[in-house]
Amino acid sequence: MTSRGAGLNMRQIISKITVYLILGLGSIVILLPLQWMISTSLKPLSHVFRFPPEFWPQKIVWSNYPDALNQLPFDLYFANTTFIVILCLLGEIIVSSIVAYAFSRLRWRGRNALFIVVLATMMLPRQVTLIPEFIVFRHLGMIDTFWPLILPSWFGNPFYIFLLRQYFLTHSRELDQAAVIDGCSRFGVFWRITLPMSKPVLGAVAIFSFQFHWNDFFRPLIFLLDQDKYTLALGLRFFQGTFGTEWNSLMAVSLVVMLPLIVVFFFAQKHFIQGVVFTGYK
Amino acid sequence: MSLAQFVKKQSGFTSLNITYQRGETVLAWAMVSPWVAGFLLLTAFPMVASLALSFFKWNILSPPEYVGLANYHKLFFTDPLPVHSLKITVIFSLASIPLNIVFGLTIAMLLNTNIRGLAVFRTIYYLPAILSGVAVAILWQWIFSSDFGLLNTALRVFGIEGPAWLGSKIWVLPAFVIMRLWSVGGGMIIYLAGLQAIPTDLYEAAEIDGANWWQRVFRITLPMLSPTIFFQLITGVIFTMQIFTETFIMTDGGPANASLFYLLYLYRQAFQNFKMGYASALAWVFFVAILLLTLILFATAKFWVYYEAESDEDN
Repeated sequence: MTSRGAGLNMRQIISKITVYLILGLGSIVILLPLQWMISTSLKPLSHVFRFPPEFWPQKIVWSNYPDALNQLPFDLYFANTTFIVILCLLGEIIVSSIVAYAFSRLRWRGRNALFIVVLATMMLPRQVTLIPEFIVFRHLGMIDTFWPLILPSWFGNPFYIFLLRQYFLTHSRELDQAAVIDGCSRFGVFWRITLPMSKPVLGAVAIFSFQFHWNDFFRPLIFLLDQDKYTLALGLRFFQGTFGTEWNSLMAVSLVVMLPLIVVFFFAQKHFIQGVVFTGYK
Repeated sequence: MSLAQFVKKQSGFTSLNITYQRGETVLAWAMVSPWVAGFLLLTAFPMVASLALSFFKWNILSPPEYVGLANYHKLFFTDPLPVHSLKITVIFSLASIPLNIVFGLTIAMLLNTNIRGLAVFRTIYYLPAILSGVAVAILWQWIFSSDFGLLNTALRVFGIEGPAWLGSKIWVLPAFVIMRLWSVGGGMIIYLAGLQAIPTDLYEAAEIDGANWWQRVFRITLPMLSPTIFFQLITGVIFTMQIFTETFIMTDGGPANASLFYLLYLYRQAFQNFKMGYASALAWVFFVAILLLTLILFATAKFWVYYEAESDEDN
């Protein structure tokens, strides 16, 4: 932004160094909790409570991981979580993009008024509707099943509808019209033109959805009872309740639960950041 | 600019002489029907139902009993905990949201100074923002451990003996604020994108006019970024007020209810004591509280949120 060229003077050099210093220190502060987590997860329990605490493990115990993970059926929790996440993600992508298409590419009376309702529901804290929702699912005999966790995703998510609509609005209308003239149906336009052109925003929605449902604790806590149906978040909470002060095991299991998110983040970082940017833009 | 005007302008059909095609209208309603059904079944009906339920006493098993405003009377006058928990939830939000905005903006501005390694820094700062929930809560519970925790170990390096954090009535809220600062990268990414979208000729013109760094920040950067900051503030209020998992896992509301955030109290009433009527009243009060806070923020917007001169161009 400022003139980059040959003449870097002393002041500029000092301010550059200061910027790097602050950012570097900040990065260390941000990464320390994760380092602490990994380090604790590899210590024998006796070393966890050494004073002063060791920053790097003096003795590395890899078996903490299998030992901790075998205490509870985490493979089952993993399967349950994956099942719920995939079905939620599919529902949110499919339904939200269909709804967003009507809100952005079709012309119909009441479109803008209805879209304002979508925006308003985005602002609504879900807890206001939770109790009647719980009662309804109870009447339907769906408590302690995955249905209350999955079904709402198949009605479209206002936040994703908003994101997708913003993106669809940037496409040119001429392309749609040309396809219609060539005999393509309106739905065909959506399926063959709009969706393939929207891969970045669809990727972003997929990632947000994955992230949200993977981490979700509140709804599984309310709707699931039986341990066989636990998600990873519930299993982790149960593990904590049972092995409360075995911090090495707790850190090992927590890290394993976080790992899929971290892996997805590193592989799809571009989509993550792009997605967040879509949300920030008015 | 009102919301309605904004939606209208953005949607690209502002002209009045549109002819709607019947087929297109039918298809459009068919396509939005899942959302309409969801809105009626999962939002509109439950909202009305929970308002109605708030005038009843009901433990799910026996039939509901009409009690008029008794739940609200209890909530505001006889039970001290709802007002207490709303108060600490608001105090926590008032500390957490501005700090996250200030830190997020500062890091974004530092990253936006033509530095090398931008991608690496951005990844590092953003990483914690994708992590949340039970695993993160357990991690921070361990970090805040008074004798063996990371935070107090780090403070000892500087000769400071840290407090018991989660065990202290005074320090438990600051602890939650610190924990939430870890995910400052979420806002930072958005500010960074906003900063990169500010036209550079504005800065060049200001520099020619002799504006110093502070003047450029306060006269160009912050006004240009104010719509983004405003959006973050609104979503921040809604998101931060709903803090639940962290208290549930780390403190269970303690010590002595010092971290009994509102939703934890609501959860206990609804799903541990099965006081569905009382919990519905709690839910509605919470909803109105968030709505009021949001409306106050919207009312202040005209004093500090700057929108670029609107053009009449259609999309």
